[in-house]
Amino acid sequence: MLKSLLSSAVAATLCTSAALAADPVKIGMITTLSGPAGYLGQDIRDGFQLAIDLEGGKLGDVPVEVLVEDDALKPGSGRQIADRFLNDEGVKLFTGIVFSNVAGATVPEILDAGAIFVSPNAGPSEFAGKGCHKNYFVLSWLTDTMQGSAGRNASDLGYKNAFVLAPNYQAGKDAITGFKRYFDGEIAGEIYTRLDQTDFAAEMAQIKAANPDVVFQFQPGGLGIAFLRQYQQAGLLGSIPMVIAEPSMDHAILKAVGDAAEGLNVSGAWNVDLDNDTNRAFVASFEEAYGRAPTMYAAQGYDTALAIASALKETGGDVDDTEAFRAAMLATGFDTTRGSFSFGKNQHPVQDWYAMQVVRDDAGKLALKTRKQLMAAHGDPFAADCDL
Amino acid sequence: MTLFLEQLLNGMQLGVTLFLLAAGLTLIFGIMGVINLAHGSIYMIGAYAGTYVAATTGSFLLGIPAGLAAAALTGIAVEFLVVRQLYDRDHLDQVLATFGLILIFNQAITMIFGRQPLFVGLPEALSGSVELLPGLFYPLYRLAIIAVGLLVAVGLYLLINRTRVGMLVRAGSTNREMVRALGVDIRLLYTAVFALGALLAGLAGYMAGPILAVQVGMGEQILITTFVVVVIGGVGSVKGAFYASLLLGVTDTALRAYLPGLLRQVMVGPEADALGAGISSMGIYLLMAIVLLIRPKGLFAGST
Repeated sequence: MLKSLLSSAVAATLCTSAALAADPVKIGMITTLSGPAGYLGQDIRDGFQLAIDLEGGKLGDVPVEVLVEDDALKPGSGRQIADRFLNDEGVKLFTGIVFSNVAGATVPEILDAGAIFVSPNAGPSEFAGKGCHKNYFVLSWLTDTMQGSAGRNASDLGYKNAFVLAPNYQAGKDAITGFKRYFDGEIAGEIYTRLDQTDFAAEMAQIKAANPDVVFQFQPGGLGIAFLRQYQQAGLLGSIPMVIAEPSMDHAILKAVGDAAEGLNVSGAWNVDLDNDTNRAFVASFEEAYGRAPTMYAAQGYDTALAIASALKETGGDVDDTEAFRAAMLATGFDTTRGSFSFGKNQHPVQDWYAMQVVRDDAGKLALKTRKQLMAAHGDPFAADCDL
Repeated sequence: MTLFLEQLLNGMQLGVTLFLLAAGLTLIFGIMGVINLAHGSIYMIGAYAGTYVAATTGSFLLGIPAGLAAAALTGIAVEFLVVRQLYDRDHLDQVLATFGLILIFNQAITMIFGRQPLFVGLPEALSGSVELLPGLFYPLYRLAIIAVGLLVAVGLYLLINRTRVGMLVRAGSTNREMVRALGVDIRLLYTAVFALGALLAGLAGYMAGPILAVQVGMGEQILITTFVVVVIGGVGSVKGAFYASLLLGVTDTALRAYLPGLLRQVMVGPEADALGAGISSMGIYLLMAIVLLIRPKGLFAGST
């Protein structure tokens, strides 16, 4: 009896130390890889992987193993994957989620199990205020603030009344609330479109009839491409200017939209031309590794990996002690592609926001050029409600 | 008033696009008794093949035969390799097999073209707007879609009601066994009908290309609506599909355009917008429910 107990104790000790030495830290990446929005998850994954590859398979000197699964933009499958990662794989550290509806179903599951979630993109407002959590970190932005930056941009450009459109789901509503929060003028009209809607002819007719100073629209991924092209085809592009936030005009959309994008006013927290060392290095190595220009999602994936790397380095790869991990994260001992970056009280970013414009570069190709800084070290309005 | 007419045209344009898809689907469903979920994938393949050729060669016209041929050939291949094995099986097997095809096609397209949507501009001749009535400007390309859709509708009417092939199709949808007993090569007829349906889906996909984003999964978005059209119109009835598509296109557009405004008369702005958007996205399904309550077999089920 005693002997078997001893030997199992010895075996257990051996196992643990062997585990520490050899087993890489498992990172569960639940992201959207299929469907029209698949390129968002693909860029997050590739940006994240780039940071690991540059460190030779490690993050913060700790070997890591990334388990990638596609949630297909379905909240239900996000949750199932989280369950499987938690129970079968023993994953303690999660990232990857692109869409706030998937995050809404999946993140509570992860946090309730005592694991950590570091978001490279999804930032629903309900987790930023009262619903904030000590093991939940956001490296991207809140939809409210991101789309709100377009409102600030519209005011900055001197527009007095705006027509706003967004799909009828959580992020769409956050977008319109955010725009109104930062826009000083009046709202000439407000339309919620369907999330699966690709033809906006009816909405174009309404915009034309309302004849506002400026149009603000939030249509993520492929929807945005369709919207912009139809905006041009309806002859509105020349007559009514448009402000949008970067998710509606990332570098992939820009390429697909082509000439219809020229002159558009965009706002966001990251751009390829941001002048800091981390960003220059990131853009160069991303283009070399994948042969395409990075989008903001790739930059966020990369930043997420850098943040995790700094925390893993501090804790020596221990993700079970969530308090130590949290302290290391909040110390923000990492650089990001966005330059200045810190966490607010609710563990969401405090960062700079920029006004950008689509212009032709010297080679005659359309590019997103940073015009000026809109807001410096800006947090979000929900942090005040957070009790952390 | 001009706004109303413009919305009516928008509704018709959505309607004829749906018709191009629904015509094939209803023929395949009505005549062969096969539920073909992969119809949306064929729409996608038509869009990709046509758009790719148009973008590479710079000629919108060259894209047409490419898109049509790719769609028709895919249709024939699907019929020959997969659907043919399933005629005698129950609908669940057909749904499973054609659903599998959706996954395969989506993945194949992702592997060939990547996840980034394809882009093709409007053909030069159709890129402007025309003034239909004083103050009513309408994009020429959308008018062209309406025209093509109506032409196809007339063509299908003539084909089905005035030709020998059409007679066989009608006979096949009424009594399959009898047509076979009379010595008609029903397998060839099936393949031909499947190819025709695929061709029309490919046409719809290619024409949608310059307006919508040509992307993986574009077929599934429209497939559900197409099934609603088929059910409302009466399974197997091309005439029913035509009227149901227009009804659905106009209803859907009108709800989107006018319901929030109407609701705003009786409630607060943002709530009216949200509720209006909610109800208008249910609109076509409510319409289907009402039609099925009154005519359980659809509006034009008489022919089957």
